[in-house]
Amino acid sequence: MPATVVLLGAFAVSCVPAAQLLAAADWPRRCPVAAIALWQALGLSWGLAAVGALAGFGLSGLTAPGGGSLRRWGPLAMVHLVSLAASAALLTLLCWILAAAVAAVLRARHRQRTLLGLLAHDDPKVPGALVVDHPAAAAYCVPGLRSAIVISAGALNLLDTDELAAVLAHERAHLRARHDLVLLPFTALLRAFRWSATARAANAEVALLVEMLADDRARKRRPARELATALLRVGASGGGLAPAGALAATGIAVDGELTARVARLLRPPPGLPVPIIVGIGLLTAVLVLAPATAFLAI
Amino acid sequence: MNRLGELERAIMEVLWESSDPMTVRQVGNCLTDRDLAHTTVMTVLDRLAKKGFVRRQRVGRAWRYRPAESREAYVAELMLTALDQTGDRQAALTRFARSVSGAEAAALKAALDTLSATGAGGSWGSPPGRPGGSGGSPPGRQRGGSSLPADGDIRS
Repeated sequence: MPATVVLLGAFAVSCVPAAQLLAAADWPRRCPVAAIALWQALGLSWGLAAVGALAGFGLSGLTAPGGGSLRRWGPLAMVHLVSLAASAALLTLLCWILAAAVAAVLRARHRQRTLLGLLAHDDPKVPGALVVDHPAAAAYCVPGLRSAIVISAGALNLLDTDELAAVLAHERAHLRARHDLVLLPFTALLRAFRWSATARAANAEVALLVEMLADDRARKRRPARELATALLRVGASGGGLAPAGALAATGIAVDGELTARVARLLRPPPGLPVPIIVGIGLLTAVLVLAPATAFLAI
Repeated sequence: MNRLGELERAIMEVLWESSDPMTVRQVGNCLTDRDLAHTTVMTVLDRLAKKGFVRRQRVGRAWRYRPAESREAYVAELMLTALDQTGDRQAALTRFARSVSGAEAAALKAALDTLSATGAGGSWGSPPGRPGGSGGSPPGRQRGGSSLPADGDIRS
């Protein structure tokens, strides 16, 4: 078995404990951008390494070490064939779940836009946003080329004008930086590997980091306190709908997410020292480049 | 919003207001200020029917139209998809904050009270946008962290 295959296999396997380490780490809250890049690299690296290791192992058995002639058929050759098939299946699955996730997202957004067109109205308290007459406090954005920020009547009553401005700044940050594109691959991964605690942790962590990123952006335009009280009010409002049960059923760790964001807004942690950020950047690059070059070397 | 979208919306509002299924002419009569041609109203109703927002049935010689769902049902759908973001759906829409329940909600309320008690002036003095006496939590200094009896019992 060639060394590259062993390397790729080791890479794929070690991505899982690495993800768990990263999910448990504290530093991502001090530099969400670097952490998100590292999560992306980890995901890409895992996919490349897993597909590459299976394919490499399969191919190594089908070709003789020296030349290109097929070995004699035997049980071992079957194992190699299965490995090759598994590699193709995994690659197909990964591409498929991404395409399916994109389709689902586009469908959901289209429905939102259609309904908003029929139901939503403007309000001078939230310029540029759409208001939906519902008593539950909610604010969200519909990303895309025709993006929209939606505020419920409940949120309009619950929050004062400063808090509403902070909410708008937060949502605009999401839209402008296309955070939905960051989330998409991780939600796609979750759809395919719902049973995996690592996939759930990765998804929850990236979602939280993206929120923190938008909080940071909003804080540059509005006082952090406004955003913090807006978060607290919306979070404590009880929603008024049923999703609490649905959220609990997914087993995704949402506990403490809001508390973490509020604490971070009111007492911002010190940023990471530059050498550490550079180190994380290098690690990110290695994570992507190592399996990619090994992949090409097969 | 484009003109067609605006018309769809106006016609849906007419249908939602009405208690009975309406003919094209009746819908047009409710929108006299817009000076719409009969065929325009028909086209828009047809579009709405194709999109599933309107159902139609033949009564005598004329088609009668009614909304497929009440306005409230559509609002509920909108909000439910926005609020019920169960992990794999959150890429479609990005929420500001999840509403939490139980112990964390109680903790958030306590934090809010502490924040309003300690915050001198700033944005907490008299929120201009808030309607007076909304029954929420006014920034009263006397409220401490103990005013959470309703949420405390949710915790098991």
